[in-house]
Amino acid sequence: MITFDAVSKHYRGQTVAVDKLSLTAPSGKLTIFVGPSGCGKTTSLRMVNRLIAPSSGRILLDGEPTDTMDVAVLRRKIGYVIQNAGLFPHRTVAQNIATTARLNGTPKDQALRIAHELLERVGLSSAFANRYPWQLSGGQQQRVGVARALASDPKFMLMDEPFSAVDPVVRGQLQDEFLRLQRDIGKTIIMVTHDIDEALKLGDQVVVLRTGGTLAQVATPQELLARPADDFVADFIGRDRGYRVLGFAEFAKGGVPLGAEPTATLGATPETLRQIATDRWVLVADSMNRPLGWADVDSVKGPLRDGDLNLSGTLAVEGSSLRHVLDAALSSPSGRGVIVGQSGELMGTVTLSHVAEAIEAARTGRMGTQP
Amino acid sequence: MIAWFSDPTHWTGSDGVFALVIQHLIYSGVALFFACLIGLPIGLYVGHTGRGVVLIAGLANALRSLPSLGLIVLLVILFGPVFTSDMAFIVPSIIVLVLLAVPPIMSGTYAGVAAVDPAAVDAARGMGKRPLDILFDVELPCALPLIFSGLRSATLQIISTATIAAYVSLGGLGRLIIDGRAQNDYYQMAAGAVLVGALALLVDLAIGILSRLTVSPGLTRRL
Repeated sequence: MITFDAVSKHYRGQTVAVDKLSLTAPSGKLTIFVGPSGCGKTTSLRMVNRLIAPSSGRILLDGEPTDTMDVAVLRRKIGYVIQNAGLFPHRTVAQNIATTARLNGTPKDQALRIAHELLERVGLSSAFANRYPWQLSGGQQQRVGVARALASDPKFMLMDEPFSAVDPVVRGQLQDEFLRLQRDIGKTIIMVTHDIDEALKLGDQVVVLRTGGTLAQVATPQELLARPADDFVADFIGRDRGYRVLGFAEFAKGGVPLGAEPTATLGATPETLRQIATDRWVLVADSMNRPLGWADVDSVKGPLRDGDLNLSGTLAVEGSSLRHVLDAALSSPSGRGVIVGQSGELMGTVTLSHVAEAIEAARTGRMGTQP
Repeated sequence: MIAWFSDPTHWTGSDGVFALVIQHLIYSGVALFFACLIGLPIGLYVGHTGRGVVLIAGLANALRSLPSLGLIVLLVILFGPVFTSDMAFIVPSIIVLVLLAVPPIMSGTYAGVAAVDPAAVDAARGMGKRPLDILFDVELPCALPLIFSGLRSATLQIISTATIAAYVSLGGLGRLIIDGRAQNDYYQMAAGAVLVGALALLVDLAIGILSRLTVSPGLTRRL
């Protein structure tokens, strides 16, 4: 548990960066600080490990005030991950990871063993152990940065925009992997981001700060979307709030009825396609029954080729949220959303009206349980 | 000139090439040692703290524009009454060489430390490394390529300028040049110049090898 007790930071010239911030980041949970630039989110984070000294107020780790601890000892208790990883360029990947364990007094051999284990843990093979940071992509460096913070097995972690320096695809992967990792390790984490989507996706608790460093709202992502405290929070969360809520309502088994979808394979003749088709669009799958795209029966002239496929439809993995299911239905040229299993094999399709019914049902259910 | 080099009497003896090279190396080594003793800590301090950047930039420029020959004469006059032995000449010579070598070492060290990725330093601080650990585990190793480049140019300066020690009646390869000039022996002068050049190249090569051995492949990107 990390507690902020009326913490303020003023700079000379009377600028207020953080203004009497009081909140608690609960143990084992991921708390996200989010807000526009100048809201003091990074300043607040850096005050936890005293990279910045608070002007007034106290920060407590599990009830213990940080201001009286030796600053290096305090920092060694807290994993620290930053935007550009900040790896030591002159050290190998394994040496980089082992650093925090070494700082906490772990013998060298054991620290290197931990480093090798953590490499696998963050999704890198041990072949990376003896490489240098310059040989790694941005996403790989960021994984090493996370592994380095974990090597001392700290109870607390601070993460300052850890995924913002990589491209959106890699960012999504890193976020998913980090969520999985956090489910295993259950660290008490404060993460800073300017990206509200990231906050809603990753946070157990979201802290919205406004310019001038005052607290706007502390809430779970669901609450934040359902009941923004004021205009500022509502504006900051942005449009598509209603749509984003669907990201939380899990797609319950049988929530949306799956229809059987006949499929064709590449190379099928226009005649075969017309026999299979239930309407203008036929779903095309590979030999493993993994969907490839939709074929328009009316426009296919010869045997079905790659180029004939319409790829606009997104795939929803079975068990993912209604947001993905709805998106699959909306984006599909046939109006039928494709649902696939964990290994990408076709499970069936859903129609827009069935999705709408499921949403309606989920909504009533949700409203019903709310006080 | 080949004839000069092939005369064995030019190589041995108290004023032979071997003896002069050794003397030259001793002056240069002592000067380089003191220059490092002054330049490295100042460069590290300014790079690490960011304090005094303007001061050392001004100081480096001022030192670079010192006329070595004028200075050495002035110092000999000043130190003459203080020392009785050869030290009256050695100390001024070393001081001039040190003053020449400090700017490149100091600037190289400062630039190297200042150029270290701020994210790496922030990470080191955030994970709980103490200031001296940050300096010696992160900043210094990362600054080594630029430190070595400062060291190399300082060494070249010292070795070529150490010839002026002969101007104030000391040894070193400058003897060949000064004496050659006095005796109108142009072959001897040319031989001195060639030897100084060759010595500079050899020492530079040695420092280059040292740098390859000590700078991390993570920085040189050479595997």
